[in-house]
Amino acid sequence: MIKEWFKTGSPWVWLNAAAVSICLIMIISVLGLVAVRGASHFWPAEVLQFSYQDDDGTVQPIIGEHVDSSVTPAAMAKANGIKMADNEDVLIQYLIKTGNRDVTGSDFRWIQERHIKSQAVPEAIVVVERREWGNFYGHLTAVKESGKVIASGEAAISVALQKLAETLVVFKDIAHLEKKEIGAVNYDLERLRLKQKGLQLRNQWDAQAQTDWAAEKAADDAQYHAYQAQLQGLYQKVRQHSIMVKADNGKELEISLAKVVRLYQPNQMGVFGKIGHYGSKLVEFLTDDPREANTEGGIFPAIFGTVLMVMMMSVIVTPFGVIAAVYLREYAKQGFITRVIRIAVNNLAGVPSIVYGVFGLGFFVYILGGNIDQLFFPEAAPAPVFGTPGLLWASITLALLTLPVVIVSTEEGLSRIPKAIREGSLALGATKLETLWLTVLPMASPAMMTGLILAVARAAGEVAPLMLVGVVKMAPTLPLDGNFPFLHLDRKFMHLGFHIYDVGFQSPNVEAARPLVYATSLLLVVVILGLNLSAILIRNHLREKYRALEG
Amino acid sequence: MTAQEIRTHAIDINSVLNNRTKHQGTNEVSIKVEDLKLFYGQKQALYGINMEMPKKKVTAYIGPSGCGKSTLLRCINRMNDLVDNVTIEGKILLDNENIYDKSVNVAALRRRVGMVFQKPNPFPKSIFENVAYGLRIQGINDKRILEETVENALRGAALWDEMKDRLNDNALGMSGGQQQRLVIARAIAIEPEVLLLDEPASALDPISTLKIEELINELKEKYTIVIVTHNMQQAARVSDYTAFMYMGELIEMGTTSELFTNPKKKQTEDYITGRYG
Repeated sequence: MIKEWFKTGSPWVWLNAAAVSICLIMIISVLGLVAVRGASHFWPAEVLQFSYQDDDGTVQPIIGEHVDSSVTPAAMAKANGIKMADNEDVLIQYLIKTGNRDVTGSDFRWIQERHIKSQAVPEAIVVVERREWGNFYGHLTAVKESGKVIASGEAAISVALQKLAETLVVFKDIAHLEKKEIGAVNYDLERLRLKQKGLQLRNQWDAQAQTDWAAEKAADDAQYHAYQAQLQGLYQKVRQHSIMVKADNGKELEISLAKVVRLYQPNQMGVFGKIGHYGSKLVEFLTDDPREANTEGGIFPAIFGTVLMVMMMSVIVTPFGVIAAVYLREYAKQGFITRVIRIAVNNLAGVPSIVYGVFGLGFFVYILGGNIDQLFFPEAAPAPVFGTPGLLWASITLALLTLPVVIVSTEEGLSRIPKAIREGSLALGATKLETLWLTVLPMASPAMMTGLILAVARAAGEVAPLMLVGVVKMAPTLPLDGNFPFLHLDRKFMHLGFHIYDVGFQSPNVEAARPLVYATSLLLVVVILGLNLSAILIRNHLREKYRALEG
Repeated sequence: MTAQEIRTHAIDINSVLNNRTKHQGTNEVSIKVEDLKLFYGQKQALYGINMEMPKKKVTAYIGPSGCGKSTLLRCINRMNDLVDNVTIEGKILLDNENIYDKSVNVAALRRRVGMVFQKPNPFPKSIFENVAYGLRIQGINDKRILEETVENALRGAALWDEMKDRLNDNALGMSGGQQQRLVIARAIAIEPEVLLLDEPASALDPISTLKIEELINELKEKYTIVIVTHNMQQAARVSDYTAFMYMGELIEMGTTSELFTNPKKKQTEDYITGRYG
């Protein structure tokens, strides 16, 4: 009976289906977890006010967001030194994000459920998102202009919001001025400094050069001072206004609007208000610079760095891999040596990525970069230009890492092209080179794209080697900007993968950063998916165009 | 003088005679194969072939599978050079020039000797670009010249009326018979002297085969045609001369009517009467 059932083959089918299902479940749960945790981070949670009785009997209010719950068996709680009544089986605790780090010293706090006397959702509570010290939860009491109260009580919130909007506009100007204009002047000053040193090194620092140089420098300095004065004015303007707030423990403090990013009352928001808030947080996350040791604000530099690095890697690895594959498949005499090379290439794909990182640091950065510095940038010494980790070396290291996949899939593509097509071209009087360029390579282009897709998928998620050859926690400038030569290959950059590691495990405020880890992971997956999807679209287009002979 | 040298001299005299006959309008020789031997590694595939193929006539090679007829055909445009470990001895004279001479430019030779393969092999490009391929390789990119040549070639391959509105479609969307005629158009677009057809109709249905055969009859007014075929009826229908090959040797060659009605060798007779092969 059982034997017959086995003979029908259905157990085998069930086994196969089970394997596929397990794979699917795993993929969906990984993506689901990351998506739910990451995407919900920006949704404004309601802020609760508890009336909480401490162990010593005093009752005090606590304001905060509910983050997590835990249930501990009574015995274990007792072992941890918590007093438990005899009729209590479990100890229920809530993790509350209370914010106000500058007041209480910590953002999070565990409270015991049995000590909560009452709990409410007061509409008047405001959340102040600050540039430092994290969120503030409490009540708004007054708005001040140059130290004088201009609104208080009920009216305070609308005035505060209006003044905040004005301040944020000015802040945008400040950011623009600091980054673009002053950044450009600083860049030019640095160029001048190097020019002076270079001229001195080459013994061309004569009177003529000195006067030219001094004129340029004076122009830059004047420009710089003008911008500084402008900046001072703007700062004065944003520092005018401040708000008075009261924390849950009754302490009142003044927050300058210059330090505020966002001010809102989550308990008053309707669904649309929350959606709007969500949208604005999401936009900030995608387009802004990080704040507070990367635990707040956006991650735009990391997105930018990841995408730029992957693109540079693609630009390097594709021609290199294709040319190598063409030689191996089309020109080299097939035999022992080509077999050895193929084995070596395949094995290179299995070398752990950190080894490539070490190689990149030792060879590209120190040897190659060091020599480039000596030859071309003697004036910058002792500061390195290319002799230090940076975008170029990271791209090249990852190109090396992904070279095997490009070679292998290109070779496969070349070998799949029918002999008849090559002979057809040769019979028309084409040389081997013409046949390659006009027919074989275009027809193999989908295979090259497949190689590139695999390479991108691997490179975009790689972190370990990048830590050695160019990625940093916080890069002050993007590797691509408005200052000549626009693409700065020597600069260090930020990367989503490293950002996840840094925020999640290296940050001083791990609890606050955890949702950000999920959000960043989700974004990394989306970025890789986007890069892959565009490559796949290109490949499918090419496949359609060059579909090989059928039958 | 060694025997070899004597033979070479004899050939020289022959070619002089041939040149003379050119003016008299009789059959002149387009391709002359002299003592051609071919080895794949250690294995010999052709044993000293000698034959002459007249200009603007159709010569058919017949014989059982593996007899070397395709190999011989592929020697005429040096396609066998692409195979690893091939050694070729002897000569093939195209208009009295040895194509195996060291000074011969193989690409230029293949422009003079076009070839159509067993299975249609259009490039995955538009119909227009397929026919223009040979010209573009020669560096001709003038649109007017290309259009004119493509039209003439397609007309020459009896494809123009069907395809004139679809020139920009992908060639892979055509039927097998159309593809094969496209490949012929592609070959004649560069105006070769000789057309080699390697079983051009074996992958086609009877109607397409008929069209190809009609086409061969028209093309022989301009080109010397050499065709390899499995189908003896086809050889009888389209060719002026027929060569019967067996086991890498040329057994008999003569005008098609003579070979089929009055074969001189017993092997030939056995083959054409269907006793083997």
